[in-house]
Amino acid sequence: MYDPRPIFDKDHPGRRIVRFPGENALPDGDELIPKNYLRKEDVPLPEVGELDLVRHYTHLSKRNKSINDTFYPLGSCTMKYNPVINEAAAALSGFTDLHPYQPRDSVQGLLEIFHLTAHYLAEISGLPHVSLHPAAGAHGELTALLVIRKYFDSLDLPERRTVLIPDSAHGTNPASCTFSGFKTKEIKSSKETGLVDVESLKAKVGPDTAAIMITNPNTLGLFERQIVEICDIVHDAGGQVYMDGANLNALMGMTRPGDFGIDVMHFNLHKTFSTPHGGGGPGSGPIGVAEHLEPFLPVPRVVLDGDGKGYRLSEDFPHSIGRTRSFFGNALIVVRAYLYMLSLGREGIRRVAENAVLNANYLRAKLCETYHVPFNRACMHEFVATPKGLGKDVKALDVAKRLIDLGMHPPTIYFPLIVPEALMIEPTETESVDTLDRFVDTMRQIASEAREAPETLKHAPHNAPIGRPDEVRAVRQPILRWDH
Amino acid sequence: MPYIQNTDHDRARMLEVIGAGSVDELFADIPESIRWRGELAIPESHSEMELQNRVYELAFKNVTASCRPSFLGAGVYHHFIPTIVDHLAARSEFVTAYTPYQPEASQGSLQAFFEYQTMICMLTGLDISNASMYDGATALTEAALMALDLKNKRRKIAVSTAVHPDYRAVLATYLKHTDVDIVEISHVGGVTPVEAVQAALDDETAAFLFQSPNFFGAIEDVSALAAATADTGALSALSVDPISLSILEAPGNQGVDIVTGEGQALGSPMNFGGPGFGFMATRAAYIRRLPGRIVGQTVDGEGRKAYVLTFQTREQHIRRARATSNICTNHALVALRGVIYLAALGRTGFKKLGLLTASKAHAAAQRLAELPGFELAINAPFFKEFTLRCPVPATQVNEVLYAKGIVGGFEAGRCYAKMDHHLILAVTETTPDDDVTRLVEALKGIA
Repeated sequence: MYDPRPIFDKDHPGRRIVRFPGENALPDGDELIPKNYLRKEDVPLPEVGELDLVRHYTHLSKRNKSINDTFYPLGSCTMKYNPVINEAAAALSGFTDLHPYQPRDSVQGLLEIFHLTAHYLAEISGLPHVSLHPAAGAHGELTALLVIRKYFDSLDLPERRTVLIPDSAHGTNPASCTFSGFKTKEIKSSKETGLVDVESLKAKVGPDTAAIMITNPNTLGLFERQIVEICDIVHDAGGQVYMDGANLNALMGMTRPGDFGIDVMHFNLHKTFSTPHGGGGPGSGPIGVAEHLEPFLPVPRVVLDGDGKGYRLSEDFPHSIGRTRSFFGNALIVVRAYLYMLSLGREGIRRVAENAVLNANYLRAKLCETYHVPFNRACMHEFVATPKGLGKDVKALDVAKRLIDLGMHPPTIYFPLIVPEALMIEPTETESVDTLDRFVDTMRQIASEAREAPETLKHAPHNAPIGRPDEVRAVRQPILRWDH
Repeated sequence: MPYIQNTDHDRARMLEVIGAGSVDELFADIPESIRWRGELAIPESHSEMELQNRVYELAFKNVTASCRPSFLGAGVYHHFIPTIVDHLAARSEFVTAYTPYQPEASQGSLQAFFEYQTMICMLTGLDISNASMYDGATALTEAALMALDLKNKRRKIAVSTAVHPDYRAVLATYLKHTDVDIVEISHVGGVTPVEAVQAALDDETAAFLFQSPNFFGAIEDVSALAAATADTGALSALSVDPISLSILEAPGNQGVDIVTGEGQALGSPMNFGGPGFGFMATRAAYIRRLPGRIVGQTVDGEGRKAYVLTFQTREQHIRRARATSNICTNHALVALRGVIYLAALGRTGFKKLGLLTASKAHAAAQRLAELPGFELAINAPFFKEFTLRCPVPATQVNEVLYAKGIVGGFEAGRCYAKMDHHLILAVTETTPDDDVTRLVEALKGIA
């Protein structure tokens, strides 16, 4: 008996859930605050009973696909298992019930976690200094670009204002450039290899180059084999090399960005380090930098005093770019990532990369019999397939919608932009081969349907909570909030 | 191996399917010269039992705010959280999903965000809301960027110094490299003078940024400040404590163009300042300049109500370098807590919360102001936070309090010159009367 109406339609004045002690003896607002500052009408929030509220959001939750529910191979998002112990730990009042301005001696446990997490990330990346300040990956990009900018300002090189970005990059890369005041130039990917075209790069670097933003492995799931040469070219031209760490899952313990020439990168704790995606966040996007960029990291930073006083947060870094958010980062996300790394241990971290890459290659090897895989060679943690050859009208969108029908979350679709009808598939290391086999069977079933009953795909999904929504209408006749 | 299900046997079988001799072969694209063959300086794998022990050890090294009286606010507040919020928001169907790009597989999250947007509009009195941002500081900064985009000939942002110092610091970081000038308008006695705004704003100003209740807890004259801003053709952007909107007039009804704020107080613990969530609401006309995700209602092929991410051409994954913001991941799950929280309180409960909080804060302020040598520093109405002028430097006051097991207020002198004697104190519905008594008693000896 599911009642799908928004909570506002369930409003039944007089029903109450939360009551406050002494709530019947409260003064009127104007006894405390002058009347002209007060609301004339109460906020028209719905009034519902506790059971109905529980049912409402329980029912809503059931209208989601999630990792705990099913296979969720969303490419470049690293939808791995989110360990439940991390959720339990991050809910402890010893972490949640802390005020950011509490005296330092009362938050030593949390600051120790900050310190150790930064240290572990530095170890994994080969970049010695890590800031946990940024709230998400894109926020890390912006923060890192501001660091690069400040670095060039410190060298009195204000002409370095162009960032080179491969055409396979995430959209956040060019957007972050705009918001840090850089111009962008696109670098072509080679049509044959899917990798950065080194000749295109050579033609574009110059005295205006501030940096390249490179995603490695790239969004096709391929390791940039010429990464050392790419770094050299950019460094020789006087630029910095930024690595988008969205795909770090493939590299942990196998190679270290700092060792192959990266100057600065961001980490997505909500991807590589297993913290939950939360339906769109919160994440956390720490950045790691090489020695020469360290003075410019954002404040505050965790400092360990030698006098036995322990850890403290310091803003005393005169060359810092400053703050990019309030307080001290997404602390509770950091707690989860710390525990994850501790659980894996040094060996387990490498096993993550090995098994992520093994799982992706297994799927690639099996799916390439049915689907077109444009760069069909050993991949890293993900690969791109397309429905090319299944019938001329069969779109990536159709495959995705049919997958929903068949109980799975679709891969990322229509990305990277350089492959038409892309299905970008990232299984992650936490999936069992049994699940991968079921996914392959399902994809094969969809391929047969594409040939024999294409209408089944065109009108999919058939048994999801809704059919395909009218997205044009959503823009032409916008309804962005509930109304009577 | 933690969280990895495949066995050695599985791996051997998989390698056979792939046609590779070893897992290492799959990494052949990484040149040997850059392969890491060392040992990471990270501890060995901890079993769950060891992990639990370690996490308790670390958690117990912290002293929580609830185990002793605490009067800290300054942007992060301890409010009551109904159990139902934790219970529902912890459902793994919400926690382990991602951004709802596939609407047919994400109606739950999408409808919850649609409800969220509606509640933010109800609180702020504005037409449209996005589906959340990182925090209050970045939300206010994005409001400034949005105003600069809407008024693209105008290259000044005016901001009151009574805005949270962290928020102003973030604004400065985001604008330092641009051609935009930040004009700070000094508070006078803890409030922002309307005349100062009139004097500072001109036809170069894109927006005036202010906060109410402001960093000192004082309620600004929102209507007058918004009107003074509008007179110059600039947009007004306000940062607001959402709990205060339970009883204070909706800023949208007072002429404010963009309302932002930190949403932590709506159903989330203090979390050491993060994650909370940022919210942002504005007028319908500015829909195409709003940053962040927006959920809209539409219909499917059978006419059933359906929710989708909409106006996506504003966003980075479509528009790339010309997007309205670089934001991608937001703080959806914390915003979801906000929705459940507000629904659990409802119209009546939310108002009673506001009145209870305000009355407790006013009672506490009055008791403190009666202490010899202490006085309320600001002659303006307040909601739950107020600034106390002490007879000795505030750092000294806090030290005395801390020695007696009380965490005092925020020392205004940390961020403001000539306010060394000022303590900013927060009192909410959760503050026991006994805690206030202990505070009063502890301060008695100080004068």
